[in-house]
Amino acid sequence: MTTLNQTVQTQLAMKVRDLKKVFRKREGWVRAKVKEEWALKGVSFDVYQGETYGLLGPNGSGKSTLIRILSTLLVADGGQVQMMGLRLPQDENKLRRLLGRVSVDAAFYKKLSARENLLYAAQLYGLEPRAAERNAMQILERLGIESRRFGDPLEEMSRGMQQKIAITRALLINPPLLLLDEPTTGLDPKSRRDVQTFLEDLRAREGTTILLTTHDMAEAERLSHRIGFLAGGSLVAEGTAQSLKAQAGTDDLEEAFITLTGEDMGKDEEEDVER
Amino acid sequence: MIERFFRPMWAFVFRDWHLTRRYFSWVVVFVFYAIVNSATIALIGKAQGDFRLTLTLLLGVLLWSFLSAMYNEIANSISYERWEGTLEYTFMAPVSRLIHLTGVSLFAVIYSILRTIVILVGLVLFIQTSVSGANLLGVLAVLLVASLAFMGLGLMAAILPVMSPENGAQATNIFQGVLLLVSGIYYPISVLPSWVQPLAYLSPATYALEASRKLMGISNPDSRPGHLVGAPLSAVLPELGVLLLMGVILIPAGLLVFHQAEVWAKRTGKLKRTG
Repeated sequence: MTTLNQTVQTQLAMKVRDLKKVFRKREGWVRAKVKEEWALKGVSFDVYQGETYGLLGPNGSGKSTLIRILSTLLVADGGQVQMMGLRLPQDENKLRRLLGRVSVDAAFYKKLSARENLLYAAQLYGLEPRAAERNAMQILERLGIESRRFGDPLEEMSRGMQQKIAITRALLINPPLLLLDEPTTGLDPKSRRDVQTFLEDLRAREGTTILLTTHDMAEAERLSHRIGFLAGGSLVAEGTAQSLKAQAGTDDLEEAFITLTGEDMGKDEEEDVER
Repeated sequence: MIERFFRPMWAFVFRDWHLTRRYFSWVVVFVFYAIVNSATIALIGKAQGDFRLTLTLLLGVLLWSFLSAMYNEIANSISYERWEGTLEYTFMAPVSRLIHLTGVSLFAVIYSILRTIVILVGLVLFIQTSVSGANLLGVLAVLLVASLAFMGLGLMAAILPVMSPENGAQATNIFQGVLLLVSGIYYPISVLPSWVQPLAYLSPATYALEASRKLMGISNPDSRPGHLVGAPLSAVLPELGVLLLMGVILIPAGLLVFHQAEVWAKRTGKLKRTG
């Protein structure tokens, strides 16, 4: 396997096989019809310990559905998931202690301060508040947030700062597995760079396994050891950025995506069937 | 024990306390509204020159206000989380639903009792009715014991905002209204239609009201305006026993109902942010 650094191991951190999810929508009352929308049509892939695996796909391709299933927030309709040797849904309680997640929208109690939000999250995981606070300050510092902002309500912070707080929340529990669902979407270039650099540092320092979904080709190429192209709920192609470009006969990852999936990354959001 | 049980439970109390603190001016406004609303009902007894009727109405409005606050806190904590998008993070945490909902209910009970005491003081001052001689500490003890059964029902009501964040929280008012209607909140159960009367015996509010009336001395023939003869706590042990039993049955029943709603939500993707 080609690596961006030396931390990738040979043990599997995540094994996903034939994962399926369908959303059913009832239409009408008297002669009700059930409309089925397949978000995942049998997705299979592996992620090795210490590896960053990037999932690229347009809106509606099934990225967020996949992350939600892996986060124990959605029940799959078929297939198997194994993470750090634990199975879903049987071992979901044990797995929750190993998973950190950052979603595209920084979900917080916006009226509460960063400190209050982070202490709430830390206590949910049973962490001692003072130790968690010290840890949070260190992570925030590395992400470039001044400690004086710690007491500010989230609603007074920029989108970039909120996303950095969200990353801090995910890392407070020091998870061996990090699920990142478009963590830099909507961030300004500096914040995006800060987050990307931080993730590289984290991987080098802690050997954290990362599953990253993104729209951003440059980000996927910079951060991922391997990349999977997800389109219409199916994993269409998989490999290193280099091998995918070679497979498509181009030196541009976006062109490789279009060639191999037949889809455009800027697909209309109305086609999004994700829940 | 502390890490797995008490700290996560405390996290919910910590969160709800800070949220209440941030909205404190609105808390004051709504307590004022509750006093005004309650006074309009309690003054009906005053106009009749009947101190027993006044106290019956006073007790009724206090229980109404207590339950409103408690159910609103429980239901709103779910609907607010769906609005902010934090429900997914709460459900992702390695916290059992028992600890989660106990933490939410614990804050709801403490907050509702404090609020009810403030409303009682406000009402007594406004309508100039004496509660001297009433066993108010006994009433507080009844409220605490009844809270277990009310919590069980609150957990069932909390599924409404999971199903519909837009209307679910308000719909808990219907739930509470029906409960108090069949419990004889301002009147004896005997005035209810005969087919409704058996339902009164299934409601914890019936026993809470009956015990509180005895403790306040409303039904004691020796009570006089300005000097009530409240019963000792030992006089309401049968009601306390029934309330305790109801709590023992309704809390697991509430958890079971909530669990079913959670499974449904994870199949259909209803934990997702709505705001």
